[in-house]
Amino acid sequence: MEQFLQQVASGLANGAIYACVALALVMIYVSTDHINFAQGEMAMFSTYISWQLMSWGVSFWIAFILAVVLSFVLGVVIERVILRPLHNAPVLSIVVVFIGLLAIFNSVAGAIWSYLIKEYPSPFPKSSFGIAGVIGPHQLGVVLVTLIVLGLLFAFFRYTPLGLAMRAAAQNPQMARLVGVRVDWMLALGWGLAAAVGAVAGIMVAHIVYLDPNMMGGILLYAFAGALVGGIGNPGGAVLGGFIVGVLENMVAFAGNQIEKASGIYIIGNGEKLTVALIIVIFVLTVRPAGIFGRVVVKRV
Amino acid sequence: MKTNRRTFVGGLGAATMLSGSRVAFAQKKYDDGATDKEIKIGHTNPYSGPASSYGVIGKCEEAYWKSVNDRGGINGRMIKFITLDDGYNPSKTVEMIRQLVEQDKVLCTYNTLGTPTNTAIHKYMNQKKVPMLFLATGASKWGKPKEFPWTMGYQPDYHTEAVIYAKHILANVKDPKIAVLMQNDDYGKDYWEGFKEGMGKEAGRIVKHVTYEVTDPTVDSQTIQMKDSGANVFFNISIPKFAAQSMRKAAEIGWKPVQYLNNVSGQVTTTMKPAGFENVQGVITAAWLKDPTDKQWDNDDEMKAWRVWMEKWMPGANLGDVNYVYAYSVSYLMEQTLKKCGDDLTRENLMKQAANHQKLRVPGLLPGITVSTSPTDFYPVQAVQLQRFKGESWELFGEILSAEAS
Amino acid sequence: MTSSKKWLWVLIALAFLVPLLRPVLPDIVSDYRLFLVSTMMIAAIAVLGLNLLTGFNGQISLGHGAFYAVGAYTAAVLMDHLNMPYWATLPAAAIVCFIVGYLFGLPALKLEGHYLALATFALALAVPQILKYKWLEGLTGGVQGIVLNKPEAPFGLPLTEDQWLYYYILVVMVLLYWAAANILNSRSGRAMMAIRDYAIAADTMGIDTALYKTVTFGISAAYTGIAGALSASAIAFVAPDSFNFFLSIKFLIGLVVGGIGSLIGSVVGGIFYVLVDNSAQALSTFVKNDLGLQFDLSAYTVFGILLIVLMYLMPMGIVGGVYYLVQNLRSSMRGGRARQQAAEKQPAAR
Repeated sequence: MEQFLQQVASGLANGAIYACVALALVMIYVSTDHINFAQGEMAMFSTYISWQLMSWGVSFWIAFILAVVLSFVLGVVIERVILRPLHNAPVLSIVVVFIGLLAIFNSVAGAIWSYLIKEYPSPFPKSSFGIAGVIGPHQLGVVLVTLIVLGLLFAFFRYTPLGLAMRAAAQNPQMARLVGVRVDWMLALGWGLAAAVGAVAGIMVAHIVYLDPNMMGGILLYAFAGALVGGIGNPGGAVLGGFIVGVLENMVAFAGNQIEKASGIYIIGNGEKLTVALIIVIFVLTVRPAGIFGRVVVKRV
Repeated sequence: MKTNRRTFVGGLGAATMLSGSRVAFAQKKYDDGATDKEIKIGHTNPYSGPASSYGVIGKCEEAYWKSVNDRGGINGRMIKFITLDDGYNPSKTVEMIRQLVEQDKVLCTYNTLGTPTNTAIHKYMNQKKVPMLFLATGASKWGKPKEFPWTMGYQPDYHTEAVIYAKHILANVKDPKIAVLMQNDDYGKDYWEGFKEGMGKEAGRIVKHVTYEVTDPTVDSQTIQMKDSGANVFFNISIPKFAAQSMRKAAEIGWKPVQYLNNVSGQVTTTMKPAGFENVQGVITAAWLKDPTDKQWDNDDEMKAWRVWMEKWMPGANLGDVNYVYAYSVSYLMEQTLKKCGDDLTRENLMKQAANHQKLRVPGLLPGITVSTSPTDFYPVQAVQLQRFKGESWELFGEILSAEAS
Repeated sequence: MTSSKKWLWVLIALAFLVPLLRPVLPDIVSDYRLFLVSTMMIAAIAVLGLNLLTGFNGQISLGHGAFYAVGAYTAAVLMDHLNMPYWATLPAAAIVCFIVGYLFGLPALKLEGHYLALATFALALAVPQILKYKWLEGLTGGVQGIVLNKPEAPFGLPLTEDQWLYYYILVVMVLLYWAAANILNSRSGRAMMAIRDYAIAADTMGIDTALYKTVTFGISAAYTGIAGALSASAIAFVAPDSFNFFLSIKFLIGLVVGGIGSLIGSVVGGIFYVLVDNSAQALSTFVKNDLGLQFDLSAYTVFGILLIVLMYLMPMGIVGGVYYLVQNLRSSMRGGRARQQAAEKQPAAR
């Protein structure tokens, strides 16, 4: 029983990481209709920026804010400079550009900061926070931060004119243009926001998995699965999807363990937990093709 | 498999001494890749992909040969060092190595990195009769002069190291119940097989064996499983990132076993510090290189010389990275081997000289550890010493152990 | 059409003759070069398989590395455990991969766009794990992989291993290319493309969309599987590390860069796939050593930059770009409306 609780808690903590990155994926998807494969590497790069600031003596939260702002600018610049000219290119060509970006961010970070892992501080107080033995203070902090970011995004899209304009630009660019929304700037803004959310995710994750240029490789994948399970166009769903994937993965390993204990036969274990979790995700998707919380978009012929 | 390693023991030294003496008067003889002016050496390394943290080894080796050329080369010949990126992908390694051997026509390769990657080119190099020296992998299959006379390893192999831990556990821990965390690839497997062999009849004392993949974000789940098994010994076969994670997590969930850590993750800055010093007191590992982040070597002459060299040839590099010590030491050995070849730069003579080192002191190795090889012993470094973590650095203890002693 | 066909025959004839130039130009027609061209052809076959699915049937796959791995392992296991001759493993790999692909195509029917991408992505990740699975280790060699022998020239032909391999792969590629061209030119091929362009319309016209989609998945997987089996012979070693997720991404890059929905594009893509890696390395050492730049420009960075620049210059892939260029030249000579037609004739891509 203790193990079960610990596995759930650790699954939730991992899930919070996936949720954070999934949120960034959704941001770009909502505003530009693309899935950005370079999202993880961009988040990693942002985290390095904050690390660099801290190593120059800036305090954690100021480095945090600066890194988020810088990432926002970087996101906008990438959209304006690199993606703008490719506006009419086919989707797969844009995917290739994303892969190019991924390679560049990864290798440049390696060249500047080396591939050695670095420790990254946690902003959350060590004591009087978290439940001893089940979930650590940092893990709990990550869950909180994820939920706060989600709340902020929700409020932004729901209650501000800019948020409304962004939604309009994504849903119906022509109409939005007619009512005076500068659609191409909205796309750039979407990129900026996604990069900023990614920066938050990276900074939260880095304490747990340590900082290195490859730190987001595995995580992006889980985040991708989480975002799709929840419905790629739905920020709330993506966050929930991230948590689901995190817990599910641990439960698969847990179940495999229990089976082995009871029957003495090895069927599934840690080596297969990702595979099995993904099979479950795909199965869910075949039953609900738009994700658990997604809405099916009816296409007109 | 181990028998040929144990039977070698001294004795051959004296005989080979004679043939190994300087051949400065001998006629100049060359194979592909060597001329009066130049010696070409090939190398593959992952500069991109999941193993890119090893990329620094190739860069340091490049700098090393530059510094050798700056000193006037080896016996008057400049070294042309060609290093290529294989991304840790065996198919790519085959392509790159063929380019080096057939297109660039190198005399030999050395310190090519990775077990699957070297396995892919093992047969090819031996068919082509091109020396592949001092491989950067701890697998135990590289020292078989009979079947593969053109291949030689370098570092102590994982298998032997794991046997040493197993013996130490059985001798020192009362009623051990052991949990093992293992990276699910051939590096992990090698340790695991060695560990089981070392446990012998006591293998039943391993109560839990969990694995992780390099793409896993964390090993929290695995650590919880190990705690749940009720183990009181933790053998950690993982790379620095996961070693640090698992040791920190163990402390967080209140699991306090006796911990044995594989040498792969023995560095202070990349493993012990990120794990938190308070969480890793008393952890035991085996070492054969001097850890540059360990304060006990601050006034060590060899390490001081190494630092001076680093400042000059690799400015801005992270001096805390043990990979630089590794690259420096293996390159030193390569340089000595080439020097001994004199003007007879044939592949055959190169192998002969590589298999003819007697107690050669290589900078960077722990005191008392030397390089010895012979026509039947293709394992240059095979000794390690156990060390225990105390305060903020390692404390060596016990004798120098090698395959024979274990 | 006929003129391009003529060119194709010339190219094939050239490909067969070039290795025979060895006595005249030993350095240029070296074993290593032939081996490199062989790997290009293998990649071309794999990309061709992906193109059948993505380019002509409109189903995205980020997981074709998985079929490549299955093909390679099928061949390796048959050679290693049953001593099957290497040429006999090709049909076996094709059949196994067709079945795997067909079965995978069934749930894929329900998924579209990004969701299909995820499902195939998951496949690419799962296969290396399955190869390491405890109960399959006896067969697959687990993490250690399987070491094989390189095929030797039969009937005492005076060819080196690499020369023989080159011819062997060339013949296989020409046959597969011919088969693909015929499929696409048939009723079934038109149905495949109709589904890509307008699934619902195709459905109402009485095309069995589900059947066509799953069978296309199977054929596509079989092509890529054959490529995998060939690579097992060429590299003479298989291990899970050779089939990581990036392999699938590279096929996708080959597809896009060559030209989606163009058979010739697949071949161009396959060549590119091998060349870009090597040229990125050469370029990075050139910058480091010859230009003397202090910044540490790694091959991986160059690779990324190359991809982006290529997509800038030719968003429709190399074949699409060249086609467009040629049409542009013609229209500027003739003037008038040819330009517009060219734009319409561009290989369809989605």
